[in-house]
Amino acid sequence: MKNRVENTMKTVLMISALSSVAIVFLIGFFTLKESIPAFQGIGPLNMLTEKVWRPGQEAYGILAMIAGSGLVTLGSVLIGVPLALGCAVFLAEVAPRWMAGIVRPSVELLAGIPSVVYGLFGMVVLVPLVRGIEVAGNTGFGLLSASVVLAVMILPTIASVAESSLRSVPRSYYNGSLALGATRWETIWRVNIPAARSGILSAVVLGLGRALGETIAMIMVIGNSVIMPKALTGNPLSVFLSRARTLTGNIAVEISYATGVHESALFATGVVLFILIMIVNTSARGLLKASLEGGRRR
Amino acid sequence: MMRKLVQNAAFTVFWMAGLGAVLIMLSVVGYVVFKGFADITPEFFTTSPRGGLSGEGGIQSTIVTTIYLVLLTLLVATPLGVGAGIYLVEYADQAKGGFMKRVTSAARFGVETLAGVPSIIFGLFGYALFVTALKLGFSLASAALAGSCLIIPVIIRTTEEALKAVPDSYREGSLALGASRWETIWKVILPSAFPGITTGIVLGAGRIVSETAIFFVTLGGSYRTPTSLLASGRSMALHVYYLAMETRAFDKAMATAAVLVVLVILMNLSINMISRRISRDTR
Repeated sequence: MKNRVENTMKTVLMISALSSVAIVFLIGFFTLKESIPAFQGIGPLNMLTEKVWRPGQEAYGILAMIAGSGLVTLGSVLIGVPLALGCAVFLAEVAPRWMAGIVRPSVELLAGIPSVVYGLFGMVVLVPLVRGIEVAGNTGFGLLSASVVLAVMILPTIASVAESSLRSVPRSYYNGSLALGATRWETIWRVNIPAARSGILSAVVLGLGRALGETIAMIMVIGNSVIMPKALTGNPLSVFLSRARTLTGNIAVEISYATGVHESALFATGVVLFILIMIVNTSARGLLKASLEGGRRR
Repeated sequence: MMRKLVQNAAFTVFWMAGLGAVLIMLSVVGYVVFKGFADITPEFFTTSPRGGLSGEGGIQSTIVTTIYLVLLTLLVATPLGVGAGIYLVEYADQAKGGFMKRVTSAARFGVETLAGVPSIIFGLFGYALFVTALKLGFSLASAALAGSCLIIPVIIRTTEEALKAVPDSYREGSLALGASRWETIWKVILPSAFPGITTGIVLGAGRIVSETAIFFVTLGGSYRTPTSLLASGRSMALHVYYLAMETRAFDKAMATAAVLVVLVILMNLSINMISRRISRDTR
């Protein structure tokens, strides 16, 4: 009797343990299966290199969306990474205990705010601000507003991973360097940060993955026009005032009414997004593992 | 002297980064909460949205839908997630080779992979499998099943951590008294890991309350109170989206967002409280 319960429970638990990998398998299977008609009908290379997406006219190029996702991710990294890494160093090395007790919960709270709230804040506060930049064709909705929103959204991920990799640097390094006469700042800059290098890099890469996958907030502030983002003036930076659409937004906006090849092309967009994010996350995990092993070897 | 000056300059920059994060949090939360609560009356919670371009009405039906959605999702995800966590921690040591080892490493791979999958992919998958293939349509059922996929890895991971925090002496003591492995788990380990597991469940509930992308493509968006598992609905987060994108009612959107933000803060606080109690008890 006792043995029977024991074995049943073990089997039940094992089946639930397999749920996670079953979900991965099902996601892969269904997304791929649904995307096959599009890949066969249009050709993967065609989809990836064609700029025009006009489902009414059988044009299914996603290059414009790849450019949109790429540029908004780049923008968010440029704005968000310095701030996030600054926060990480502050929390790990500089902040007195009471100040860390204020900053850390604030960053945690930023991670908890729903993306639709960030989107709304962007629409109501940031978009009118950006609209104030007087350039013909600037509506406020576009890559700049989206990059700023996204920068705030990826800050907690980057800051917390980078902070913990800085904390995993052995304290003896720090003490040794101080004993040799270096100042605290010289020690942080020349000893701690280099020692935590690959962990910090993986934090940035993880943030990149988060940025590529964000959907709702992007739909709300980026304008969603399917165009190749282009500079509005002679200044190449004005490309960030251009409206755009992300890969994620393309799926969300159109999936509920799409049929046939159009629907399949949206699944194909999902496959491209999934592959991009898998590449990013796998390299982040590799870096993180390398940094942990490096720590152990020393 | 010069080196001290450089240090002061550098530390000033880091202080500014830290203060910057606090300031960003305060301005987002402060703006949404103050702007939002300025328009909130008791009727806002007790009337349902009436649809239409002006976004009239309150949020009653969206609160009900959110509660249904959270309960249904937890109903599916909690047993699977907690079960998987138990297996990975309590049975992993038996997995010396062969089949069980493969199960554990496959499960670990699944958890790691799912953690990086963006929510719109869960939505796309839910749309293909639950909405279309299983013919559940845009409904609570489809949305809850897709949502479970999102939070199962969250619950697995927190359960694992909670179980790992239980001292081995508990296990050894119980086994030495003649209890079987399952009896030990059920009567000794789970009770003492319970608070930690609870934080995982609250965390999962928080993800469902905040999630929009998945439900945008699986829940349908009807502003009426759902009457069955197969009825369409609109969670509070989804309501914010529809108000902002399809109506002119930014004030109503902001009010709903304020309620959401307060809810998220309360959930964060309760998680912190539980974890503080855990670390106090183990000390």
